[in-house]
Amino acid sequence: MTALAIRLDQLSKQYRFGARPRRRTLREALTEAAASPWRNLRRLAGAAGRGTTEDDTFWALRDVSFEVGHGEVLGVIGRNGAGKSTLLKLLSRITAPTSGRAEVWGRVGSLLEVGTGFHPELTGRDNVYLNGAILGMERGYITSRFDAIVEFAGVEQFIDTPVKRYSSGMYLRLAFAVAAHLEPDVLIVDEVLAVGDAEFQQKCIGRMNEVACDGRTVLFVSHNLGAVQRLCTRSILLEKGNLVADGETSEVIRQYLASHDTEAPAGRWIDLTAAPRTGSASARFTGVQYGSGDQLVDFSPHPGGPLEIVVGIDASIALNRPRVGFTLRDRYGGPLISGSTYALGVATPLPIGYSSWRFVLETLPLRPGPYQLELWLADSMGASVDRLQPALWMEVFDRQPRGFGPHYNPRHDGILYCEYSAGRVEAAVRHRTGGEPASAATQSR
Amino acid sequence: MSEDLTGRHAAGLEQSTRGPSAAAPDGARSPRPASVIIGPERRWPRIDLAELWSYRGLMLFLVWRDIKVRYAQTVLGASWAILQPVLATVVFTVVFGRFARIPSDGIPYSVFALSGLVPWTYFSSALNGAGNSLVANTNLVTKVYFPRLVMPVAPILGAFVDFLIGFAVLLVMMLALGVTPTARALLFIPPVLALAAVTALGVGCWLAALNIQYRDVKHATPFLVQLWMYSSPVVYPLSLLPHRLQPYAAFNPMVGVIAGFRAALLGTAPMPWGVIAVSSCVAGAILVSGALFFRSRERVFADVA
Ligand SMILES: Nc1ncnc2c1ncn2[C@@H]1O[C@H](COP(=O)(O)OP(=O)(O)OP(=O)(O)O)[C@@H](O)[C@H]1O
Ligand SMILES: [Mg+2]
Repeated sequence: MTALAIRLDQLSKQYRFGARPRRRTLREALTEAAASPWRNLRRLAGAAGRGTTEDDTFWALRDVSFEVGHGEVLGVIGRNGAGKSTLLKLLSRITAPTSGRAEVWGRVGSLLEVGTGFHPELTGRDNVYLNGAILGMERGYITSRFDAIVEFAGVEQFIDTPVKRYSSGMYLRLAFAVAAHLEPDVLIVDEVLAVGDAEFQQKCIGRMNEVACDGRTVLFVSHNLGAVQRLCTRSILLEKGNLVADGETSEVIRQYLASHDTEAPAGRWIDLTAAPRTGSASARFTGVQYGSGDQLVDFSPHPGGPLEIVVGIDASIALNRPRVGFTLRDRYGGPLISGSTYALGVATPLPIGYSSWRFVLETLPLRPGPYQLELWLADSMGASVDRLQPALWMEVFDRQPRGFGPHYNPRHDGILYCEYSAGRVEAAVRHRTGGEPASAATQSR
Repeated sequence: MSEDLTGRHAAGLEQSTRGPSAAAPDGARSPRPASVIIGPERRWPRIDLAELWSYRGLMLFLVWRDIKVRYAQTVLGASWAILQPVLATVVFTVVFGRFARIPSDGIPYSVFALSGLVPWTYFSSALNGAGNSLVANTNLVTKVYFPRLVMPVAPILGAFVDFLIGFAVLLVMMLALGVTPTARALLFIPPVLALAAVTALGVGCWLAALNIQYRDVKHATPFLVQLWMYSSPVVYPLSLLPHRLQPYAAFNPMVGVIAGFRAALLGTAPMPWGVIAVSSCVAGAILVSGALFFRSRERVFADVA
């Protein structure tokens, strides 16, 4: 084993329930302090703040211990709210642990979500220097890296434009380029590839590989299991703040996939009020139902059959041109099919209160297997209001009973379904330019 | 399905996986970097000056950024820094100089008022900037690590630019009205300004840490600044206070700043060293307590921001 880069020893972080601790007013705090001086004195005497009542807190991370060797690329996977981002925030010293400790050797460069430390009013160039300064880099060093960064990000023409005019993809490109080129000893990347296009994702993965080959350590969080598989030889799995698996990536992914609750049943209303989500939450998905509408097969969707998705939304504000959308993802989180009111140009307003929305896919081009259904709602400017990734797992079933017909292995045969025909072309027919169309004995499936 | 297809597929997969052995040999790397220990916050806050110093690059960058953003964004740009004290001087000269006939140590009231307003404006804009520094930079605070104390320090330095502009205006007005600046101003103004900076930073640390947690602090700050201005000898001379109260006035560090600034520049009175000494002690106490308070709240900044 080479030297260690990161060591965690029972690292734990406790948060208060509710999205954030209540941000009260100073006036309230002072009146309360004046009204009950006794309690406050006692609280001061006890370990400051440690004695908060247990019942309104929970552990976002609990007794997590592991070690990462120098030059290792570690994947971190787990469901929404499992504590992945919390782990990265602790390691990049953005927030302090409640108990336990960690040791990190060398400079840490972190890229947490898309909004890194960029200032919207400053140009791309200034922001590169700002980020370098945050990482504690010398000006001269940043200058020596500057061209490589700009080239990697592919934003040459816009480098002197304030970044508030960048598209979110450009923003991300530049942010990633800075983090990955300023050569931190430990590179921490949280769920950022989701925004870039496929080509850039490829580039990022390549770059992270280079960084690792250079003997630097990478911690990589992603819901895109395919990317984790490609990049990381070792991964850890977090579940409700606990470390439940640590080992070879494919093994950990297998365990992760196996740990999913049974797929949500088709043809039944599934409550989403308590599901983990992101977004401003001024309107929320309350429930969803999906199915083929075919009672004979228990409403289960099947290849080539229809798929109907009905969602309920409870809104506390009205939206004029809401963007309601869904994305079907493969079991590794790779997006397959998506649709939205926005893409179709549907301009139905979202009223305050309850409303339900429906998507109908005439033919579902998916082979049997488990898929993730993601639901999202954005306002007319595209700002996320509510997003559940995934809202549920759904199973596409084969209509033919097991044992008959071909058996598909998604790894080799792909997961897309399409109607096609195949057969031997009659021997007499030769392919000639301008020849008659071949008549063939075909078998249609 | 097809054997051939499956076989090729598998081979392709093999090639693209990267072994961990591909990492560069250890010897080629620079010596092993020092480690950082991450643990629960200490019971007693500590101020790591060495670390702060190593982040001076970031601090200067933030200063430069604030200045650039400020002047690029506001329509009036730099002229704002001129207009603000000039307009205030006009108002005060009319109200206090003409109507209320407040004495002004024998110099034109407008010069008197502006010579108080220039250091005061520096102080109040430094204080405002420091107090809002965390809230205005939540995107940095929640996304990257750096010693948080860098944040309130930057606006203290940035406000110097406005001060220099205001100071130039003051000199022009003095020359126009025939008041000659003294030579000792060069020597004595820097320490007096440093006193203002220390006070602004100390109070700014308190406000910044409270601001991120309590929403009403933002609304209370302008009141505080306003009250503070009228309890400092900005628009009236210190000599207007009853004699027996004057020693106590020095507990307000801005009394030392304003009185010291006037004495140094206008030479109407001897330098009030006694007042400045008391003010400095108070300012130092505010700074130390503010920085410690800031450090003790620091760990929750990212969680509550
Ligand atoms: N500042 C905070 N205050 C209170 N609770 C928080 C805070 N930040 C995170 N949490 C909670 O901690 C838990 C873990 O969150 P975390 O962001 O680490 O999850 P995650 O694994 O990154 O999830 P995702 O896959 O959705 O990104 C969640 O329940 C979240 O609501
Ligand atoms: Mg996360």
